Amino acid sequence: MSDQAYNFAYLDEDTKRMIRRAILKGVAIPGYQVPFASREMPMPYGWGTGGVQVTAACLTPDDVLKVIDQGADDTTNAVSIRKFFVATAGVAVTEATDQATIIQTRHRIPEAALTAGQILVYQVPIPEPLRFLEPRETETRKLHELEEYGLMHVKLYEDIAKHGQIATSYAYPVRVEGRYVMDPSPIPKFDNPKLSGNAALQLFGAGREQRIYAVPPFTHVVSLDFDDHPFSPSKANHACDLCASDTSYLDEVITDDEGGRMFVCSDTDYCASRRAGGHVGALGAPLATGKAVQ
Amino acid sequence: MTDLSHTFAAAADKPLLQVKNLTKRYGARIGCADISFDVYPGEVVGIVGESGSGKSTLLSCLAGHLRPDQGEVIFETAQGARDTVLMGEAERRRLARTDWAYVHQNPRDGLRMGVSAGGNVGERLMAIGARHYGGIRDKAIDWLGRVEIDAGRVDDRPSAFSGGMQQRLQIARNLVTAPRLVFMDEPTGGLDVSVQARLLDLLRGLVREMGLSAIIVTHDLAVVRLLADRLMVMKGGHVVEAGLTDQVLDDPQHEYTQLLVSSVLQV
Amino acid sequence: MIEIENLCKSFTLHNQNAAVIPVMAGANLAVGRGECVGLIGASGAGKSTLMRMVWGNYLAASGTIRVGSLDVVTASPRQIIALRRETLGYVSQFLRVVPRVPTLDVVAEPLLNLGVPAGTARARAAELLARLNIPQRLWDLSPTTFSGGEQQRVNIARGFAHPFPALLLDEPTASLDAANREVVLTLILEAKARGAAILGIFHDEGARDRVCDRLIDVRAFTPKAAA
Repeated sequence: MSDQAYNFAYLDEDTKRMIRRAILKGVAIPGYQVPFASREMPMPYGWGTGGVQVTAACLTPDDVLKVIDQGADDTTNAVSIRKFFVATAGVAVTEATDQATIIQTRHRIPEAALTAGQILVYQVPIPEPLRFLEPRETETRKLHELEEYGLMHVKLYEDIAKHGQIATSYAYPVRVEGRYVMDPSPIPKFDNPKLSGNAALQLFGAGREQRIYAVPPFTHVVSLDFDDHPFSPSKANHACDLCASDTSYLDEVITDDEGGRMFVCSDTDYCASRRAGGHVGALGAPLATGKAVQ
Repeated sequence: MTDLSHTFAAAADKPLLQVKNLTKRYGARIGCADISFDVYPGEVVGIVGESGSGKSTLLSCLAGHLRPDQGEVIFETAQGARDTVLMGEAERRRLARTDWAYVHQNPRDGLRMGVSAGGNVGERLMAIGARHYGGIRDKAIDWLGRVEIDAGRVDDRPSAFSGGMQQRLQIARNLVTAPRLVFMDEPTGGLDVSVQARLLDLLRGLVREMGLSAIIVTHDLAVVRLLADRLMVMKGGHVVEAGLTDQVLDDPQHEYTQLLVSSVLQV
Repeated sequence: MIEIENLCKSFTLHNQNAAVIPVMAGANLAVGRGECVGLIGASGAGKSTLMRMVWGNYLAASGTIRVGSLDVVTASPRQIIALRRETLGYVSQFLRVVPRVPTLDVVAEPLLNLGVPAGTARARAAELLARLNIPQRLWDLSPTTFSGGEQQRVNIARGFAHPFPALLLDEPTASLDAANREVVLTLILEAKARGAAILGIFHDEGARDRVCDRLIDVRAFTPKAAA
């Protein structure tokens, strides 16, 4: 594909302006789902078309972009979106969380604390937290308008009734700044506390559902729960087998067909930085000095 | 005893609901017209009439599901009398899930079929801010007991219940927040006669124990005789006769009421 | 306590060529506290009609029916409901109750409606049922399944549960055996003794003589035109 064939960051300027207006509205009303005229993108729905449009609307030529998929910089989804913006915007890319100005993410918040000025763009499949209980869009809008959120707790009630505890482990509903109930996208509930009071601007894009919403920096975000079943962010009770971190969110990796498994950080950049710093996990080898992190 | 009856009378001095000149048209056709009546605390008012007489339209207007073209529906809220027609939607819906309740003819319209019985009963509690799972569950189980559903069914979905049980569950779901006014649209319609009797008994007990007021729309004269203190007979969108239930049924004055009463098959 | 003046009643049958049937004209009677007045007259003469008008069940065409301080003819439904709850009791010939309700609760209901605590109300109901010889094993069953005589006694127990200042009795001793008839007559005499005004229909002449202070023949109130 030739660079000249595309406007900067693929979308035309009018579209980007339209999306920016939606973003500004979302920032002004934290947690409120702003409808926007989602465009066809050169990738299938479910691959992050919403996030890509938000990223495209935010990108400037000076930005440094990082893209992660379930915390990893090296999976197909992350690699292809990164390549897409290299090709259409020519921006610099990085895998280092602290180097990036914009981070597009699918289903994770990086382990490293984000800083003021950074933008975290989430890919969202279903933005409506009430959807599975109330199929009518007209009704869910009304429920948001009138702050009738009893239904959200019905879902959690059903969880406890069925499983003895709140079994929702990802896309765990939150209340933003005491007003809108929001689906934080399918991030593990382990990441929920990081939504609140975060220094970075958090933007959420749902391409197929044509919604954009936002959590501005330092916004109060509370995970819904019951007094006698309080919210608890959980992770595998293990330490990373590569970098020995016992505070990061872990993926379980099956290593053979005889029950062999290892737990590794889902955030690949975080894990690599720790190993570069000399931390070694139970199954890890020290990182060869001189081998640079890409 | 005399003291008690005096407090009863004093509490019932002020109408809970005042309906004034309520009219709803569907284009040129009349849904219901010029309806005026009061409902006092603890009182059960029956509305009878055949299909198309406007009784369901009237109930929908009273409950805020339909917007009347004219008239007032004044409810005695905790903060004083308010015309619910002029209320904002948010406020009216808040009323609908606190002081009011609505029992649909078809329990499927009033229940969440994909949510357990306990969740169905607990929803109204959670909607008004209950956040203690154990407390919500205890209250749900208590209410299942009061409507004679075994506590062991608390985690079953209503789709696994019989029609009568579904209707009782709907009543529990509605009454758990101790509303003051219950709207009922053919609450015993579509149920077996024996199940109806059980439900009527239940409703009467609940009305008395909770001091509920109720407006019951039905075409079943036997139901209103047993449940309603007062009766309104509707035809063509108008109330043609109103009065004490047994007086209207035993000494009907209007031509239509006489026809209605004499058309009932005797057993 | 019960005062009836110049009472008239007619039925208009709209669905039978709007036939107007006058059934009562110029009825006058009064029942004082502690007094029992019996209505007599052949079947169809208007005894039950008169009772039902006092009860508020039939609408009067004109005249007044004063029970205590309330004129039933002009009273609102709410006032009549309050009257029936607090002042005026009625023992009809028919027991009309919600099926499935236990007999004990059927009898206690008038007291429960007055806000009497359930325990007290049921105790009073139990006492009356025992007096009227309803076997205790039946108390938890619905009276809808009882025999005619048993239903009649349940009805009487219900009518006497609350000490109403005024009572209407429609054939209270019909279909009762001697022993139970005696209990009912005693109940009536007790009610009179506490000052209740009673208006009744008694076909049982012996009973009539025992409890009634006066008799009124309702044929005097039959409209002259009616044949």
